[in-house]
Amino acid sequence: MENLGLLWDGLGAALTPMNLLYAAVGVLLGTFVGVLPGIGPAMAIALLLPVTFGLEPTQAFIMFAGLYYGGMYGGSTTSILLNTPGESASVMTALEGSLMARAGRGAQALATAAIGSFVAGTIGTLLVAMFAPALADVAVEIGAPSYFALMVLALVMTATVLGASPLRGLLSLFLGLTIGLVGLDLNTGQPRLTFGVTQLVDRLDIVVVAVGIFALGEALWVAAHLRRKPASVAPVGQPWMGRDDWRRSWKPWLRGTVYGFPFGALPAGGAELPTFLSYVTERSLAKRGVARRRADAKDEFGQGAIEGVAGPEAANNASAAGMLVPMLALGLPVTATASVMLSALQGYGIQPGPQLMTEHADMVWTLLASLLIGNLLLLVLNLPLAPLWARLLRIPRPQLYAGILFFACLGAYATNLDPFDIALLLVFGLLGMAMRRFGLPVLPLILGVILGPLMETKLREALTISGGDPAILWSEPLAIAIYAVLALVLLARPLLSRWRARTESQVVAEAHEAETVSEGAQR
Amino acid sequence: MSAETEAPDAGAPDQPAPRVDAAQYGLAAVLLAVGAYTVVDAATLEVGFADPVGPRVFPFVIGAGLVVTSVLLAVATARGSRPEPEAGEDVDVTTPADWPTVLKLVGVILLTVATVSWLGWALAGAILFAGAAWALGSRTLIRDVLVGLVLAVGSWYGFVVGLGIPLTPGVLDGIL
Repeated sequence: MENLGLLWDGLGAALTPMNLLYAAVGVLLGTFVGVLPGIGPAMAIALLLPVTFGLEPTQAFIMFAGLYYGGMYGGSTTSILLNTPGESASVMTALEGSLMARAGRGAQALATAAIGSFVAGTIGTLLVAMFAPALADVAVEIGAPSYFALMVLALVMTATVLGASPLRGLLSLFLGLTIGLVGLDLNTGQPRLTFGVTQLVDRLDIVVVAVGIFALGEALWVAAHLRRKPASVAPVGQPWMGRDDWRRSWKPWLRGTVYGFPFGALPAGGAELPTFLSYVTERSLAKRGVARRRADAKDEFGQGAIEGVAGPEAANNASAAGMLVPMLALGLPVTATASVMLSALQGYGIQPGPQLMTEHADMVWTLLASLLIGNLLLLVLNLPLAPLWARLLRIPRPQLYAGILFFACLGAYATNLDPFDIALLLVFGLLGMAMRRFGLPVLPLILGVILGPLMETKLREALTISGGDPAILWSEPLAIAIYAVLALVLLARPLLSRWRARTESQVVAEAHEAETVSEGAQR
Repeated sequence: MSAETEAPDAGAPDQPAPRVDAAQYGLAAVLLAVGAYTVVDAATLEVGFADPVGPRVFPFVIGAGLVVTSVLLAVATARGSRPEPEAGEDVDVTTPADWPTVLKLVGVILLTVATVSWLGWALAGAILFAGAAWALGSRTLIRDVLVGLVLAVGSWYGFVVGLGIPLTPGVLDGIL
């Protein structure tokens, strides 16, 4: 219960009128940017990072918390109101959510998404507060070899387990590690891959890399393939839920939370798999309820079932909280959003690593408390504001993407007030566009840029102790266990992906079939 | 590589898609060059004393990894592996790429790089917004310039006054 006391202190530090204002601004900005089509949560946070440059760390964290949950919620609003999901985590929400919106139940879909996100986010944050400190106590004992193994695990899993093509994942990973090399070697002070350019000697600013790859890359890619007719926006009123909606939503929220949290904490877990599992579970439970002729059972899957929004949305938010466990306890980011947040911490001179929780404990507790506050504010502010957000989806595309370009350049320029950074942003933007063209996943690259230097430090630390004998890398039981897990996952991967691809295509095909049937019935 | 996306047999009915994505050879070549350069660059570094690993090992491994994976990509390309371009809300991957628009956008950003120190953010930002909107097909130039000016002047004040980050005033020094 000591943890709850610390969380209480964190709440005390976070709950001042000024800080609440920062949290509210963060939630509003985050939702605003997250709602815009084409912008996912990671990109929203990357774009808004510069806003926090001038703030004190505590206030910046509070604003991050707001940006984070706001950006996530904005993303799900978009996928419910437009029939095209922006990112893999909201594919499942979009399936039933857009059907609900077209059946005139968009308000209920938005409400169950918002309240479900709140429930899952709150439970998730409390779980982080329970688990992260315990893990951090163990983490400080982890030696350099095991920590190195952990990073190898995170990188290889992200590169090979997620996405359709392991080869492309690895390419992206190596490219990211190469980008991470640029700058002075930390031990000997010799420049590497700097081409004699002075601005490159101090290492690349991660904000410029992230904004370039996520924001500018996406904007350029969209520009190359702009849909001439923007997707149609479903009309929406004030979000609210009837008695029946509550009754049908609360169980999927809790089940979604149970799926989401552990997956979020795993390397290469992310939100994709738990949202999918939650969707499949809710669908089969609904079918079974009808088959057993339970009085209150309803199977509306394929026509806009509220369970199909409530479950995946909760899973999505719970996994977003789960990813904080490795990030705070081990300093290991496992998702794009976590890596952008961690790079923001580096901006305050906080080094990622197992010592994060012990050396900056007060800051971590403030962050956790701010997440709870941000979550609550999100619910309070966004339920009434939803119709306004829906209107954002109608912004004409030229101005929308011009705005993204504008803020991306502003962010890059504000990092060092050097036009060179805008040029660098352009380089990474073009790289980001090429990656989207060639189907190279973005996440392994970003993780490679952030974890590469840390990996090298740990590797050299380990080998200096052993006097250059590589056997030290597998000298600790934990390191051996991690490599064993990695080998197991790589062996099981083909089976896993085949099962998933089959079930997923089946689900999507059935949903589309039901959709065409219901459309045909309307005509 | 059984998980690779294989070429669809009947992707587009009226114009059969080429079996091999030739541009992927270009990507493989560029990545191969980057990997090779990483190794060459690392070879010029000096290894210090009391540092059994030195600054060279890590770049050697990464460069070699990049070289190997890009060769594998070239092989996979020859065997018909095609990328899965990223979809999105506003993306229509069935249309051919619109390069003139991308080039115009790149030009607008380069213009910003060249002029931001002299013009200052308030003006360069406004030109950036209006130029990018024009490149993307907007034809309401006056409105775009006005919106751009509001955004740029607003963000200048927001950063300088609100956040204490001194963005350059440029030629408007003393006016803003």
